[in-house]
Amino acid sequence: MEIRELTCIRCPMGCQLTVTIDGENVSVSGNTCPRGEDYGKNEVINPIRTVTSSIRVEGGSLKLVSVKTKGDIPKGKIFEVMEAIRSATVTAPVHTGDVLISNAAGTGIDVVATKTVEKR
Amino acid sequence: MMEYHDIIIIGGGPAGLAAAISAREAGAEDILILERDERPGGILNQCIHNGFGLHTFKEELTGPEYAERFITRAKELNIPIKLKTIAADISPEREVTYVNSEEGAVTVKAGAVILAMGCRERPRGALGLPGFRPAGVFTAGTAQRLMNIEGFAVGKEVVILGSGDIGLIMARRMTLEGAKVKVVAELMPYSGGLKRNIVQCLEDYGIPLKLSHTVTCIHGKERVTGVTISEVGADRRPIPGTEEYYSCDTLLLSCGLLPENELSKSAGVVLSRVTGGPEVTDSLETTVPGVFAAGNVLHVHDLVDFVSEEAARAGRKAAEYVKGGSTPEKFVEIKTAGGVRYTVPQRISPDTMDDKITLRFRVGDILKNKTLAVYFDGEPVRRVKKRIMAPGEMEELVLTKASFAEHPDVKEILVCAED
Repeated sequence: MEIRELTCIRCPMGCQLTVTIDGENVSVSGNTCPRGEDYGKNEVINPIRTVTSSIRVEGGSLKLVSVKTKGDIPKGKIFEVMEAIRSATVTAPVHTGDVLISNAAGTGIDVVATKTVEKR
Repeated sequence: MMEYHDIIIIGGGPAGLAAAISAREAGAEDILILERDERPGGILNQCIHNGFGLHTFKEELTGPEYAERFITRAKELNIPIKLKTIAADISPEREVTYVNSEEGAVTVKAGAVILAMGCRERPRGALGLPGFRPAGVFTAGTAQRLMNIEGFAVGKEVVILGSGDIGLIMARRMTLEGAKVKVVAELMPYSGGLKRNIVQCLEDYGIPLKLSHTVTCIHGKERVTGVTISEVGADRRPIPGTEEYYSCDTLLLSCGLLPENELSKSAGVVLSRVTGGPEVTDSLETTVPGVFAAGNVLHVHDLVDFVSEEAARAGRKAAEYVKGGSTPEKFVEIKTAGGVRYTVPQRISPDTMDDKITLRFRVGDILKNKTLAVYFDGEPVRRVKKRIMAPGEMEELVLTKASFAEHPDVKEILVCAED
């Protein structure tokens, strides 16, 4: 049995949740509404995040283009995705929505540009 | 003869863009935006994280994506924007002097002016931090620009003073880029940032947040080599004996944002001593007729969505003003008490107000299980129960024209938090 302490971020209340994981059974206490229970369960069963960063651009009006994972990735994969982002370089022009890394770190999620960088 | 524009907007960030778009959509033909940066979008260009637009577009966007939607719309509407152009002066008669390297200094006359200059970070000099003046001390927003726009690494071992949202966002950003963020120290007993940022930027990466702590010495001569952090008492003074040394090469400061109102002052606009921004009516008109204000220049917001909404109202009202509107004569002042520090707007014109007016404000302390109440001359007209309110999260209350119709002679409105 594992017990995790979390802060719910579904509203400014910020309830301190205690999530108890007992095999298949996950229970949440400390929440004051159903959204807290939902948050607590998701956070221990399948925590996911959007990662945002930037990628170096060659020949662009800016040195960097900002990027994001097009969807949420597992929290445990954040640093692997960052590694892929850090080692990438792109050539201008880049447009918002362009896929710059496909299937980043095997997550099945693409990394896309969130800014347009024209040719210098 | 002096060149004339119906509406001149000072600043091409989120507030200026939203104001311009809505002014054009309300029928104002002749609009000019002045923007000092090389591109429009303001601070959003360096806010590459997500979380923008949930209210406006019902989806989660990054800062640049949010900005692009407004920039694209402004282009579609052919709204002219002068880039690399700084507004140097505004007179009470709405004569705007701007400077750029092509035209030099030019003075133009405006039918209406919209102030949308945004805010600035509280700098090191305003914090009274002891120690040397080595390299490596940055405001969080400067570090954000260096990292996200200019492409510099900024630092490897980082301590952050202040738990404002930009500091929290930078704690995560620098961690993802391989830096070690050792601690975030916050003078107050509560964080100044949004809860979701505490969780997703600090707790996710195991970065400790030390409340009631501050930096009491910056070490290093050429470059920062470390900082001393001390606990502070209820009087916010360091407690001797609690000093702890952290080695680091970078100190980020995220200690509050200040509306940038030098131009407002030269126009003769009265500023609120609480917000640092102009006092405005429900039309977002300042104390100078025909001069409007919106966004962080007015009061510092948490969410850009509300900046856009507010600025859109300022744009619409400015368009109505230049079409022959006038400043209403009768206003009801809004007073605050019981932990509510201020409201924006500060006064309402019952005769000309929209059907609904959203009052936005902050509380001065963490308040639990309170009721937000609105009184018209001592008579309650609205009560909303709040489980929790915090200084780091802006609150709002809606007032309706119907309430004013029921109280035609109201002299004073009181907004307060009570048991």
